[in-house]
Amino acid sequence: MEALVASAIGVLVACGVYLILRARTFPVVLGLALFAYAVNLYLFVMGNITLGAPPVLQEGMEIAAYADPLPQALVLTAIVIGFAMTAFILVLSICAYVSLGTDHLDGREHTQ
Amino acid sequence: MNHWLIFPILIPILAALVIPLFAGKDLALQRGISLTASLATMFAGLWMLRLAAGGEMFTYALGNWPAPFGIVLVLDGLSAVLVALTGVIGLFALLYAMQGTDEKGPFFHVLFQMQIAGICGAFLTGDLFNLFVFFEILLLASYNLLVFSGGEKRLRAGVHYVILNLIGSGLFLLAVGTLYGVTGTLNMAHMAVRVSELGASETALVQASALLLIVVFALKAAMLPLYLWLPNVYSSATAPVAALFSVLTKVGVYAILRTSTLIFGAEAGVAADLLKPYLMPLALLTLVLGWIGAMGSHKLRKMLGYMIIASLGLMMASMGLFTTAGISAGIYYMLHSTVVMALMFLLVDLIARQRGPVDDALVVGWTPTQGSMLGVLFFGAVIAAAGLPPLSGFIGKMLILQAAIDQPNGFWMWAIVLITSLIALVALSRAGSLVFFKTDDVPPGESAGRASLGDFLPVVGLLVCIALFTAYSGPVTEFTNMTAAQLLEPSFYITNVLGR
Repeated sequence: MEALVASAIGVLVACGVYLILRARTFPVVLGLALFAYAVNLYLFVMGNITLGAPPVLQEGMEIAAYADPLPQALVLTAIVIGFAMTAFILVLSICAYVSLGTDHLDGREHTQ
Repeated sequence: MNHWLIFPILIPILAALVIPLFAGKDLALQRGISLTASLATMFAGLWMLRLAAGGEMFTYALGNWPAPFGIVLVLDGLSAVLVALTGVIGLFALLYAMQGTDEKGPFFHVLFQMQIAGICGAFLTGDLFNLFVFFEILLLASYNLLVFSGGEKRLRAGVHYVILNLIGSGLFLLAVGTLYGVTGTLNMAHMAVRVSELGASETALVQASALLLIVVFALKAAMLPLYLWLPNVYSSATAPVAALFSVLTKVGVYAILRTSTLIFGAEAGVAADLLKPYLMPLALLTLVLGWIGAMGSHKLRKMLGYMIIASLGLMMASMGLFTTAGISAGIYYMLHSTVVMALMFLLVDLIARQRGPVDDALVVGWTPTQGSMLGVLFFGAVIAAAGLPPLSGFIGKMLILQAAIDQPNGFWMWAIVLITSLIALVALSRAGSLVFFKTDDVPPGESAGRASLGDFLPVVGLLVCIALFTAYSGPVTEFTNMTAAQLLEPSFYITNVLGR
């Protein structure tokens, strides 16, 4: 399970970084979204992967059968913020595309 | 329990919630609410400064959840002085914005107040994840303020700035996540305890995440090599926004100083003195490159951007000594340079408006209509910025040099600070003489417009602040010495927050 989650995060980050390094706004926004997903997944598993266990402690329960609830709360916050930021950068890129007439990140075409 | 601590966050947020009710209808009412809120924030900040000046530390447990389970706000000397600084700069920037900048688009005051709430929150919180949340609040407000009133230049700078900071936020989460995984806590005081107890097997993990965290803060603080975004962003923003942004970089400096003394300080076990070998050399290089950039700028506003980088380099170099004298001098210079740079951005905007079509470009332009008044103010600001006597820039630099004199790498500090002071003087005199002396007459039939009394008020106000700051250098240095001693004594912070 650890290997699966770790490699999934790794692939997401790699794809995200590749796309962020593109010169057009749309791939960069997608790259940022992928990177945000990877970060959220990473946050989610940082309190160890616990399968089929409740995040609430009860009387007489073993600690081993308990999932850390804090990362779940953190990832919820991170998802909300990440979603808002992605929406913002999307609107900003569209705005830049309409006003500047190009989707190049520098706001102008580079001619060779 | 001291309810004062929440006020600098609560007041601006409440104002930001109320102002949209009058959006688009009644600008005077919006301005009134915003101004009242800024005044209240400033007085709350000054009151907190008075509280903290006694050398005590105050904590405020949000929702009455005891630390480390809930989020705490912590007020020590450093937080108090930075909140007060934010309040003062915020007020003057707002006064300037009310002269017409806020008419250029909707929701200026909402964004402005949210920005102040985010900055104050970042300075006050004692929880690492909460710091992330306040970072996002201040960043989202700053994205909008940067592109406020539109224009191609601002959009270009905005896209770069937003993308860069989104990557920074992602890295921040990765670092916080790893630190939580290793230490099992997010409370900074508790994390300091846990990090110092870690075994050698965790060394790599905790050091990697700590340095990742510092990279994120260095991006905010525009430290080498992460400073390239700053000149473009600051020179594109409208003047009051740029003035407020001069506080924004200090959030990064604050976070570096806080984490590197508290969590990764001398007593941190496997992560002890993590930043010590890097901070001063990098900061000194930032200082050099900042002034070289200022020297080579073709536009006044861009030059100010590079001057911010240089001042950040100088204050972080001094803090990088990690001695009481070094940190104290760094904090003194930070307070001074933030006010000076805010003043410069407002002043240059007034000057550029009277130079006709060349605006702020460093070429021959029109003779400024109110040349003598602007010239005198510019002269005063330059004396402060270049660090000439008698103003506080000189005292700040002197304190920094004094702090470095008996340190092992003090030679580099002396050499670089003195040489860059010379470059600063050359760059600023060149700009000043070009703007005020080598000018063309205003062509007939054209008029440049005059700055009103309301335009001058914030500029003069900030200059008076610098004069007061210079006059009261004695008490101020006592305060910064006390703050530096607090920072170098992490057990003081830990005992106060955790109550044991």
